[in-house]
Amino acid sequence: MAKHAVQGRSLRERMNHPNVVGYVFILPFITGLLVFTVIPFFTSLYLAFTEYNILSPAKWVGLKNFHKMFFEDKLFWTSFWVTFKFALIQVPIKLTVSLLVALILSKTTRLTGYYRAAFYIPSLMGSSVAIALLWKQLFAFNGVINQVLGLLGLPDNQRWLGDPKTALGVLISLGVWQFGSSMLIFLAAIKNIPASFHEAAIVDGAGPVRRFFAITLPMITPILFFNLINQVIGSFQAFNSSYLITGGKPLNTTLYYGVHLYNRAFNHYEMGYGSAMAWFMLLVIAAFTALIFRSSSAWVYYESEGR
Amino acid sequence: MARNTKVQRRINLTIYHVLMLLLSLLMIYPLLWMVASSFKPNGEIFTRASTLIPLSPTSEHYTTGWRGFGGYTFGNFFANSLFVAILSALGMMLSSAIVAYGFARIRFRGRQFWFTAMIVTMMLPGQVMMIPRFVLFNKMGWVGTFLPMTVPAFFGSGFNIFLIMQFIRTIPFELDEAASIDGCSRYAIFYRIILPLIVPSLVTVSVLTFMGSWEDFMGALLYLNKPHMYTVAYALKMFNDSSQSDYGATFAMSVLSLVPILIIFFFFQEQLVEGISTQGLKG
Repeated sequence: MAKHAVQGRSLRERMNHPNVVGYVFILPFITGLLVFTVIPFFTSLYLAFTEYNILSPAKWVGLKNFHKMFFEDKLFWTSFWVTFKFALIQVPIKLTVSLLVALILSKTTRLTGYYRAAFYIPSLMGSSVAIALLWKQLFAFNGVINQVLGLLGLPDNQRWLGDPKTALGVLISLGVWQFGSSMLIFLAAIKNIPASFHEAAIVDGAGPVRRFFAITLPMITPILFFNLINQVIGSFQAFNSSYLITGGKPLNTTLYYGVHLYNRAFNHYEMGYGSAMAWFMLLVIAAFTALIFRSSSAWVYYESEGR
Repeated sequence: MARNTKVQRRINLTIYHVLMLLLSLLMIYPLLWMVASSFKPNGEIFTRASTLIPLSPTSEHYTTGWRGFGGYTFGNFFANSLFVAILSALGMMLSSAIVAYGFARIRFRGRQFWFTAMIVTMMLPGQVMMIPRFVLFNKMGWVGTFLPMTVPAFFGSGFNIFLIMQFIRTIPFELDEAASIDGCSRYAIFYRIILPLIVPSLVTVSVLTFMGSWEDFMGALLYLNKPHMYTVAYALKMFNDSSQSDYGATFAMSVLSLVPILIIFFFFQEQLVEGISTQGLKG
């Protein structure tokens, strides 16, 4: 009986030791990390060097998948450049628009809440299937865009989704339309700038443009940096708009890397080849992120240097 | 003089609002057009695409669309989506809160290591995980069930854990100490003190998770293979493919599929804005 009580107490004491408590609380995270991230991560690395169609066991083929990727699969390079172009055009436009609108909205009026809602709602819905289907109809041959152009007396016979020159632009427009969340992040950063900075600059006779470049822009560079990385990573992984709106057509001008990867892995059951493609994408994204990080010391300003 | 500047200001403000209203209208015009088209007869949708007012408004698309396809109505698909999204939101909220407390309040050996692991895996592109996760779930016999779309939420996610951690950090540590002196264990402190105080961040996390899950197309594309299990996102795509010429019905079901997002927006706007804005803080 007495022994029991001692044991109970020591168990309780042990359970309350910080080293035990800590691991009890983060146990869900550790389990999830191992099962859903670490194991798949290494499985994927292994599969990249195999031929695997899910039904029969994976067969080690060395670098064959990578050889096929770089030298045989023309669509690999096509999809790579399409995605690159998509990111290169969409990210700067989206960042500029979201920063501009955030600047405009940082001046609070009675209607600001409504404006903010109108700009933000599209980014809440943007990734849904409904919006992708809607975009397809907006840019259809007899859709709104052409009809409005016609009303304005402009040429209204553009096949937006059928023309290799414009199809990617339609998908980019859908991406830019969803600038709302990065706008909100900018807005929060702009509002965090102490008002005294601007007041002092006004006393010194600085106009709004001067104040933007001398105060606002430097102060929000950490957020600009964050948004830039976020959007580059997001653009490289784009999938829905191409898969749902164009299916990669016309002439593969909208075939995103992610869509090509999906087709290979899940329509042709080339899981090994798909894994190799995924790893190549991971390396490209890592390289870009590293590049942005390296460059950041030159243009990102932290108030407390040495952070 | 003073009067002149006042008038000038008035004019400037009016120009500002006119421009902003036009811009706002432009932003939500596609949505308005979708709603308008869902009430137009099929013959009218594209012949009178540039106007928002239907000549002869009809609600027939909602009844024909609701019938769905393959013998399953959209009621069925909505139930599936609600089930998946609510379960994911609950799991995400609970697990992320528990883990966030561990990271934010307990000093244990290895804490820094696991925290760094969390931040690093946050940056890992999801598509690298797509194939191996499918392989894993296939081995476990989970393909064709809702499990791959719900179970991972029960293990938290880096972003949400981080969001709740930020919130816990604003709670004075003296509260924990006082409770500890009163004899509360760390578990009781979490349950009795911290949990009630972090409810706003839990709402943010569950709302963001619900919406992500509601709109998730990729998960359904990979894991659902029987029509009676389709979620709204996937059913909408299949419905569109199967009823190519019935644009009105697709628009009607599209509108309905966005209703939950709109409802959430109107009720939880503050939490959403808060959640998105704190995303930037981690940078």
